[in-house]
Amino acid sequence: MSDATDTGPVLAADGTPLKRSLARALRAQKMRALALIAPLLIFVLLTFIAPIADMLFRSVENQIVSETLPKTVVALKDWDAKTGEAPPEAVYAALAADLQVAVAAKEHTKVGIRLNYQKTGVSSLFRKSGRQVKKWDLAADAPFKEKFLDVDEDWADVELWQIIQTYSSKYTSGYFLNSVDMELGPDGIRPVDENLAIYNLLFKRTIFMSLAIMGSCVLLGYPIAFLLANLPLRTSNLLMILVLLPFWTSLLVRTSAWKVLLQQQGVINDILVWIGLVADNDRLVMINNQFGTIVAMTHILLPFMILPLYSVMKTIPPTYVRAAKSLGATNWTAFWRVYFPQSVPGIGAGCILVFILAIGYYITPELVGGTDGTFISNRIAYHISRSGNWGLGAALGTILLAAVLILYWVYDKIVGIDNVSLG
Amino acid sequence: MELPPYATTGQRIWFYAFRVICGLILFFLIAPIMVVIPLSFNAENFFTFTPEMLALKAEGYSLKHYRDFLSNPDWQQALRNSVQIAPVATILSVTLGTLAAIGLSQPHVPFRRAIMAILISPMIVPLIISAAGMYFFYSRLGLQGTYLGVVLAHAVLGIPFVIITVTATLVGFDKSLTRAAANMGADPVTTFFRVQMPLILPGVISGGLFAFITSFDEVVVVLFVGSAGQKTLPWQMFTGLREQISPTILAVATILVVISIALLTTVEVLRRRSEKLRGMSPG
Amino acid sequence: MKLKTILLTSGAIAGAAVAFADGHAPMADSMTLVSWGGAYQASQTNAYSDPYKAMHEGLEVVWDESSAEAVAKLRAMNEAGNVTWDLVDVVASDAIRLCDEGLAMEIDADELLAAAPDGTPASEDFGDLLVSDCFIPQIVYSTTAGYRTDLVGDTPPTSICAFFDTEAYPGKRSLEKRPINNMEWALLCDGVAKDDVYDVLETEEGQAQAFAKLDTIKDDVIWWSAGADTPQLLADGEVVMGTTYNGRLFSLIVEQDQPVDMLWDAQVFDLDGWIIPAGLPEERLNRVKDFVKFATDTQRLADQSKYISYGPARASSAPLVAQHATLGIDMAPHMPTDPANATNTFLYNYEWWADYRDDLDAKFQAWLAQ
Repeated sequence: MSDATDTGPVLAADGTPLKRSLARALRAQKMRALALIAPLLIFVLLTFIAPIADMLFRSVENQIVSETLPKTVVALKDWDAKTGEAPPEAVYAALAADLQVAVAAKEHTKVGIRLNYQKTGVSSLFRKSGRQVKKWDLAADAPFKEKFLDVDEDWADVELWQIIQTYSSKYTSGYFLNSVDMELGPDGIRPVDENLAIYNLLFKRTIFMSLAIMGSCVLLGYPIAFLLANLPLRTSNLLMILVLLPFWTSLLVRTSAWKVLLQQQGVINDILVWIGLVADNDRLVMINNQFGTIVAMTHILLPFMILPLYSVMKTIPPTYVRAAKSLGATNWTAFWRVYFPQSVPGIGAGCILVFILAIGYYITPELVGGTDGTFISNRIAYHISRSGNWGLGAALGTILLAAVLILYWVYDKIVGIDNVSLG
Repeated sequence: MELPPYATTGQRIWFYAFRVICGLILFFLIAPIMVVIPLSFNAENFFTFTPEMLALKAEGYSLKHYRDFLSNPDWQQALRNSVQIAPVATILSVTLGTLAAIGLSQPHVPFRRAIMAILISPMIVPLIISAAGMYFFYSRLGLQGTYLGVVLAHAVLGIPFVIITVTATLVGFDKSLTRAAANMGADPVTTFFRVQMPLILPGVISGGLFAFITSFDEVVVVLFVGSAGQKTLPWQMFTGLREQISPTILAVATILVVISIALLTTVEVLRRRSEKLRGMSPG
Repeated sequence: MKLKTILLTSGAIAGAAVAFADGHAPMADSMTLVSWGGAYQASQTNAYSDPYKAMHEGLEVVWDESSAEAVAKLRAMNEAGNVTWDLVDVVASDAIRLCDEGLAMEIDADELLAAAPDGTPASEDFGDLLVSDCFIPQIVYSTTAGYRTDLVGDTPPTSICAFFDTEAYPGKRSLEKRPINNMEWALLCDGVAKDDVYDVLETEEGQAQAFAKLDTIKDDVIWWSAGADTPQLLADGEVVMGTTYNGRLFSLIVEQDQPVDMLWDAQVFDLDGWIIPAGLPEERLNRVKDFVKFATDTQRLADQSKYISYGPARASSAPLVAQHATLGIDMAPHMPTDPANATNTFLYNYEWWADYRDDLDAKFQAWLAQ
């Protein structure tokens, strides 16, 4: 074969160099693969990724102040809060001009509501002033400083002007600071009043409860996975149904079941009263608190622990334990030194999966959480659908999302996302 | 896991203790579902077993909560909405998902990991965040509170399940089969429908079932993206649970459990069939 | 193209001609009404929308139970420029907020609403209850308390301060999981005069005082967030006393015949009514205006009180309040506005809460979490 004339490139049947021909084939293959993926990718990007990106944007967006009060914002640039004096007439004149436009468009109360998140009382100040400013003549009625002070003395408040100044930029870190119980003061970042601090506590509680749920899932899931992995196939398949049935059952069905079981007039309390462990007038409170949330969520997430554990345990050859035993290890040593270390990847996978799912849970804590069993998700929902403070809701959501994505990345590194099995 | 004849007393005790523990945990898993079913036939409006029920007397049981479910227009509307939304969302996610899964299983896909991460993300991102994001974004497009909006949202939530199950089926797929088909003169489309599709069909169907159950059980996203016109069964249950837990909810719950059992059985049968087809398990 | 335009124009003219001949502006043949669900929405269906539908054949009425999220949803719809609601039932504070944000349409009460049968114009008939330029009041309800008659011994409570007296009335009590009302009651029971409550609550010390008072019963409180919670808790005997909307207690006491009695003391009046979203297209607006005129006339408002014990917002409706639609009992003694029940009432300050809601809510949540 090694002829002297054959030193040139290897040619394909059509005469092109084989290397190029292969590269072309490879490229075609890649394009075909991408063409198959593209519709779905675009679909997911449009219906899912774009909405989330859009929401994240809301957590920093703050255009309302500079858009509604453009002249005021410019006029305020030169004012120095440190002097401790209210801004000069020019600022008030600018405010009067801005407010007249804003009142006509009904925008002034929106700014008021926005700034009210930072300082209580601004909302009604803007509302009240808007009603008066409407009647002023911009040319004839100057100077405006006194007129504003006549409407409300708060217009002389330095702190109010500091807040307008601080929040006049188009983007703000204010919402993020609020969501970790900090705020943007005129002289920089400072913690909020102690009696307003709630989010750190909520984040801590969310993490603590997710860890508790994860822990109980390991404790309850490990023996079951072990049993399933070591029973004959026929039996284990039967028992597997008991694991998969809850997995397939509606979340709401399971949550309502726990409500029925745990409430004070519920099945468990009835049984306890019946066997005399608990007095009828002293029934246990097991729901609408942390306990209820942990029990219900452990039950809901347990299959997500058992399934990865089981698939790892299936791959551990029984011969290792037998070898250890034949070398004189006790049952416990054989399990702890030989079997357990090999099942650790399964524990890791299960733990991350359960933890990821737990920290973002909304429905179950909402229904059985009461006051001390709610998660950060419940607060996000509150801000989005009730209080209307969307920026804060988005900032809290961004933090939660970041936490989940980090865990997702870790999970991908350890287990690989394509290795998720669904039973 | 069998007790050897030479086991010591301690080993014997542990052997049985372990089984008891496992039994208790399995009971914990199944008990809530098992409690709901008999209580849904309660003749009274209570959530506890009445003495008549415990005595297994016929008058302790009744179908009145089921009748309530069937005659109450709110529940009926919710059922209709669920039935109209879930299948369409499923078809959408199965079609797009299967194509993409086939693309992803080709040997050379650029950015495979990143693409996979994006496609799986709807399963990972907390539902409340997906819901809030869709709420704002869909509002802007005029999709909030529409049937289409809910279908799109549910379809995207079902996609990870389709991708995962179908790629899992394709892992064991023997490439030489398609090559053989091509060799014998079949064009790619014929090859796909006559050779590849029948083999991966079990995976596609079980992915579809997962997507269906995702939509059928979903409540967070529909609460935000939907409006009264799209009120689904889970939504109606959620309202009921938050307001006042009525026994009708237990009847609905029982019906849903029966549906789950049917779907679960189908998926199991399909999984076995698929393994058999691909020669991955004996028998 | 031209032909099409001509056809369209002539069609429009023909349509307009028909409409004029009929004496009406063109109206949409469906409308979406937003309310609270449950018994309250049922009373609206019975008193307003069913009779209206009977008069207008082919009209489709869709109910959406989203009133609790009305502000956020309207804002999102407005941002998107796609408002799908035609008429929204909200409490007065939300109406003020929506009006402020330009999300609700400003109305002229005398033009939009029917005059009383004796010719009194609507603005006088509703009087002070027109708390905002956008608000069309329907009912006066109150947040008030009820107690289990069998669990309070021989001395049933007569004052709201019984909530803070755990010695005389041991057991759990249920309060709403938000600062509104609870803060005011705490101050009232801590010796603050009724007229000074909001002045005191405005100060840090006043807020601390209110929280300190609530602290004394924190362990005995079950916090509710849905209106049905307290009735359920009272029926189960899980609480001795609890607060909720008066209509819910009415149905518990009268319709379900539970051993519960009303504690009207220091009941907080509030209003509930309609707002029309801003920017509705002409046809839908015409339909809604027509419906509102019908649904808020003197007779219709009085009719609603046949189904639920909330007081009609028109002065002229009060004498027409009759008997319960199915139980046949007189409704007047069950109205929060009945003189016997209204001996000591508390006026809820909308303006004040509009300012302090965000701040106090955060503080309240932080306090709850501690």
